[in-house]
Amino acid sequence: MSMARQAEPAAVTPPPAPGPKESDGRTVRRPLALRLLARPEVGVFLGAVAVLVFFLVTAPPVRDGSSMANILYQSSTIGIMALPVALLMIGGEFDLSAGVAVITSALTASMLSYQLTLNVWVGVVVALVVSLAVGMFNGWMLVKTGLPSFLVTLGTFLILQGVNLAVTKLVTGNVATDDISDMDGFDQAKALFASSFEVGGVQVKITVVWWLVFAALATWVLLRTKYGNWIFAVGGNKESARAVGVPVTFTKISLFMLVGFGAWFVGMHNLFSFNTVQSGEGVGQELIYIAAAVIGGCLLTGGYGSAIGPVFGAFMFGMVQQGIVYAGWNPDWFKAFLGVMLLGAVLINLWVQRTATRR
Amino acid sequence: MTDKKTSVHGAVLEDTPSDGDRPLVELRDAGKSYGNIRALHGVDLTVRAGKVSCVLGDNGAGKSTLIKIVSGLHQHTEGEFLVDGGPVRFSSPREALDKGIATVYQDLAVVPLMPVWRNFFLGSELTKGPWPFRRLDIDRMKKTADEELRNMGIVLDDMEQPIGTLSGGQRQCVAIARAVHFGARVLILDEPTAALGVKQSGVVLKYIAMARDRGLGVIFITHNPHHAYMVGDHFSVLRLGTLELSADRSEVGLDELTNHMAGGAELAALKHELAQVRGVDTEELPEEGDIRAPAAAPEEGKS
Ligand SMILES: Nc1ncnc2c1ncn2[C@@H]1O[C@H](COP(=O)(O)OP(=O)(O)OP(=O)(O)O)[C@@H](O)[C@H]1O
Ligand SMILES: [Mg+2]
Repeated sequence: MSMARQAEPAAVTPPPAPGPKESDGRTVRRPLALRLLARPEVGVFLGAVAVLVFFLVTAPPVRDGSSMANILYQSSTIGIMALPVALLMIGGEFDLSAGVAVITSALTASMLSYQLTLNVWVGVVVALVVSLAVGMFNGWMLVKTGLPSFLVTLGTFLILQGVNLAVTKLVTGNVATDDISDMDGFDQAKALFASSFEVGGVQVKITVVWWLVFAALATWVLLRTKYGNWIFAVGGNKESARAVGVPVTFTKISLFMLVGFGAWFVGMHNLFSFNTVQSGEGVGQELIYIAAAVIGGCLLTGGYGSAIGPVFGAFMFGMVQQGIVYAGWNPDWFKAFLGVMLLGAVLINLWVQRTATRR
Repeated sequence: MTDKKTSVHGAVLEDTPSDGDRPLVELRDAGKSYGNIRALHGVDLTVRAGKVSCVLGDNGAGKSTLIKIVSGLHQHTEGEFLVDGGPVRFSSPREALDKGIATVYQDLAVVPLMPVWRNFFLGSELTKGPWPFRRLDIDRMKKTADEELRNMGIVLDDMEQPIGTLSGGQRQCVAIARAVHFGARVLILDEPTAALGVKQSGVVLKYIAMARDRGLGVIFITHNPHHAYMVGDHFSVLRLGTLELSADRSEVGLDELTNHMAGGAELAALKHELAQVRGVDTEELPEEGDIRAPAAAPEEGKS
């Protein structure tokens, strides 16, 4: 079509750019409600409120302070992992190994400390290194091979699942690790990862605090730093991001390592609250994290989302999981509930995006 | 939008040498193969400070491939690539940007879901504050982006709107304004006027002339020989991945350039087709005479 324009060269004499107008004047300011709805976290916030109100009405025990603390605790163990998973999703990838990676980390710390009778902090640090290495491997494989993250992390998922079981059996002769609660440094580590504190007569788990601190940090990073900008860019359009100088490889690999960090943290929490680790656990958790991120308004294909949304997403999960118990229903309904919530959230997100960003 | 820009984005710049003679960027017998496709071979290109080097050619001739080597997106597989006289091999566009080489890509390289101002500064964000609290300087970025766009005659109501909601031409203007803002020494434009209206095309040509007068080296890729002839100092015509013509302005006229681009007979056929398709009288199509006048305009800016 640029050929056609050759017919008009005479008109091309550079006209002076007209004095800048104040505004284009064609954009009608959207109503506040619509502009708010365009935020990725608003839909899930309303959803979370709806679920909360629903269970407050139908399950009276939920109204108790300690039940609420318990619900928040459930949410936090999902939520802490859902955060890095959400950042990774905004960065355009997802990690199927996130669930078993939690167990891998806990197993590493537990078995290393117990078998070599070391201070548990040695195990904790080594577990961190292992978790970051797993994340790095995922990211590196992805970047080097160009394979979709589904395949790469499915591979890691299977590998870790097998290694968790096999190595644990090999080392302990059992499917679970030995109790480490009487080992050096245990109490300190428990204080950091798995203690509780009292607020107005209610015991609140420390993971709730960590969850909210991490969420605040992730939000700040995502919206206010270069790195956050890069996350959106590599998820939105990797090629363009690279072309304008965004370090795509670094961003992707570091996001996977962030998931590794999350897996380590939750793994340490599991270890220090239960003193022992079941090597076969964790399978299926990765989907819960991914679902929490999606319900939280993150686009599965990347480039869009928030860190606050997954907080509400995880809260919805915790609420439903515990709410069903408090309401005295069969807990088997949990998964069905989740499915409905997930589909509902995806549809709402889709609708919101279409309405709010319509040209 | 004129001078001053160079310091804003922290590109590492030794002062632009005005000794004039050493080319900023030079390709010698360069080539590029994509697997078994030899997209480019035996290409020489020289970009000097204060000169506009135009690259013309058919679709698929290898123009984009050529500039992707210079902008660091791809690496050459044959020949030599020199920046400031030293051989280089960029492993990423970041390295090219750090040398003050900025590019407007044909596909624009924008991230549709991100706001306009974030796209403008993507990869070269402005920050403030000491390290652990170092954060984006959002106000300054929005203001700068808005100013640069207004300079191009594009007025946006909302810098926060996702760039994907802009029209194709507006998006192209953002990409051009961005490159002009960050291109400290070499500015590469891959068909920058392809989607633009007459006014914006004019502004782009004016920008090219201004960049040249500021002492930048410019690589201007276009399908339009008229546009090229208005601002170009040197013309390279690519055909099937290699140079068909490489001539200074003094050695080639517009008609000859047009001929080279289309091939004489093809041009005649084209003119005929144009007349039919557009329903225009071929007599009204501009001949050399019409073109001379505007073509002379940029000349006066030169020394
Ligand atoms: N990534 C790639 N992989 C394989 N082949 C490629 C790739 N990019 C370009 N080519 C091939 O290289 C040749 C030159 O392409 P190039 O994009 O440089 O053309 P162009 O001159 O910019 O064309 P246009 O005017 O349409 O933009 C084409 O034949 C194309 O098929
Ligand atoms: Mg091209």
